[in-house]
Amino acid sequence: MYVAVKGGEAAIDNAHAWLAEERRGDVAVADLSVDQIREQLGLAVNRVMSEGSLYDAGLAALAIKQARGDMIEAIFLIRAYRTTLPRFGASRPVDTGEMLCDRRISATFKDVPGGQLLGPTFDYTHRLLNFRLAADGEAPEAPQADCGADSVPHVTGFLNREGLIQTEEDDAQDPPDLTREPMELPASRALRLQALTRADEGFVLGLAYSTQRGYARNHAFVGELRIGAVTVEMDIPELGFAIEIGEITLTECETVNQFTGSRTEPAQFTRGYGLVFGQTERKAISMALVDRALRWKELGEEDQGAPAQDEEFVLMHADNIQATGFLEHIKLPHYVDFQSELELVRRLRAETGAALSEAAK
Amino acid sequence: MSEGWNKMSDQGQEMDAYNFAYLDEQTKRMIRRAILKALAVPGYQVPFASREMPMPYGWGTGGVQVSAATLTPEDTFKVIDQGADDTTNAVSIRRFFERTAGVATTDETAQASVIQTRHRIPETPLTEDQILVYQVPIPEPLRFLEPSEVETRKMHSLEEYGLMHVKLYEDISRHGEIATSYAYPVKVEGRYVMDPSPIPKFDNPKLSDCPAIQLFGAGREQRIYALPPYTRVVSLDFEDHPFIPSKADHACDLCASRDSYLDEVITDDAGGRMFVCSDTDYCRTRRASATPGLNSPDMTEACS
Repeated sequence: MYVAVKGGEAAIDNAHAWLAEERRGDVAVADLSVDQIREQLGLAVNRVMSEGSLYDAGLAALAIKQARGDMIEAIFLIRAYRTTLPRFGASRPVDTGEMLCDRRISATFKDVPGGQLLGPTFDYTHRLLNFRLAADGEAPEAPQADCGADSVPHVTGFLNREGLIQTEEDDAQDPPDLTREPMELPASRALRLQALTRADEGFVLGLAYSTQRGYARNHAFVGELRIGAVTVEMDIPELGFAIEIGEITLTECETVNQFTGSRTEPAQFTRGYGLVFGQTERKAISMALVDRALRWKELGEEDQGAPAQDEEFVLMHADNIQATGFLEHIKLPHYVDFQSELELVRRLRAETGAALSEAAK
Repeated sequence: MSEGWNKMSDQGQEMDAYNFAYLDEQTKRMIRRAILKALAVPGYQVPFASREMPMPYGWGTGGVQVSAATLTPEDTFKVIDQGADDTTNAVSIRRFFERTAGVATTDETAQASVIQTRHRIPETPLTEDQILVYQVPIPEPLRFLEPSEVETRKMHSLEEYGLMHVKLYEDISRHGEIATSYAYPVKVEGRYVMDPSPIPKFDNPKLSDCPAIQLFGAGREQRIYALPPYTRVVSLDFEDHPFIPSKADHACDLCASRDSYLDEVITDDAGGRMFVCSDTDYCRTRRASATPGLNSPDMTEACS
């Protein structure tokens, strides 16, 4: 006989108990500590911090553990936690020119003041599985050297001295806050960048790649990619001056793009910009390419109808927490709607059948 | 501020204190302002700064935020999904507010002061003492005719609804009738075309002249809209093709009601099926107060 949906409550409890057991896996294998995740899965932690919009490596590691390594689920946990936190205030803008770089490369100049610094990168590694990691692990030590200058100048600054690259003007506006105000379109560049920095890495990568393949092609050189620590300062009203409240690692990418000029602009190079929490260079470079593609209107370029040029398309579909929620909601019951569709289809079929048999007479 | 705080325990672990009904008071104030504006301009979609909730977008976050901003400790809360209190997501949302707000909950439509719903309007007529909160996936009735939000907002402000009428007309010329069976568009007080959320069109007449406050929350799309009590709501149609609310042409196999919306349930793999009320409270109440012949003992499990 028909067994209705009664029992949902017990089913939910049991499902979650099973989930908890599955998350732990074989208890004969040592439990994974949050510290281990934070220290040894650092790039996963960085992605969760950047797309979760919360700079806290410990919480990101916990979220990864709780989410069984499902990155979007981990990002979701961080977002849901973040939204409950009170706002004490806003920091001063960080100065990436003062960054202590772990990595700093330019693809536009062979050498630049401050030098090229490869840093801890997968670039030029041969992607061969290292079976020693499976056997005994290792504690490798890298050679040490004195670091040079405290900070190094931005590469695009050299181009700007000749007026060869467009100057970014400070519009003196307080940037809007995507998490506190509803998205309004058309969006300012500040809002677009804010949306892109927390956007899904895969989505932004795909869009950036599409511009490279000709959908709003605008050949990008990596003018500079830098990764390192910057200090965060905040004005304390009671003190009347700013104090350092901490240090965060950022990845910043400035692209230099060809631009032949238009009716309104002289020929000069233009920029795309990417800035992301942690060491997240794939995302930062992708972000810079998409940022540049979205600037077509401001630079008087042609609308090629490419997805990466369509601000509404990009901004409304880039957030993986929104996307995954809505996508997965189709698992929820829809039998009321489906029933109404069933009746409609049956009725339309009956009418067509009657018309056909009428015609046959 | 501290008096509203209570302890919330989740999955056996004691979590930090959350505010009454989860959201902080600043956020509730922001949502209440959006609700008031929505009530002042019936059918108009008010943008609001939707928060990330601890359940996924698309699973009722808009409704949950509206309920959280609406509930008071004295309220009695009911949650239905597909008309039923027992569907898994309804259970999940009801539990959320039991934990975070500690409000009384009920399955009985008549006992509830706030009802959150997905895809149905209860069969039992609502009263002036009630608020019905709808979960809305896509608040924009013109969305599938025009994908751009910039464009659709312009169309609403210019009251430019020709595209919708063309769509309905094309349905008639192609199928002989308007081929929209749920989320059937309505016009509110002769001004805004509104999406009533994916309720079956059978429920559309209940939207109009309703004594209760009806609030619509779309979390992912960051919109709130509303129907104040006794608002005139008209389902779009043509003079020669009037709107007809429809349902399965059966009586409920459990309570024998001919007036309620029915779910079709497949009972075996030989074509066997039965029809039961989608509104489980309505069905149970009818069976408790009457003795219809169709009510066999082994079927009473179904809606109880």
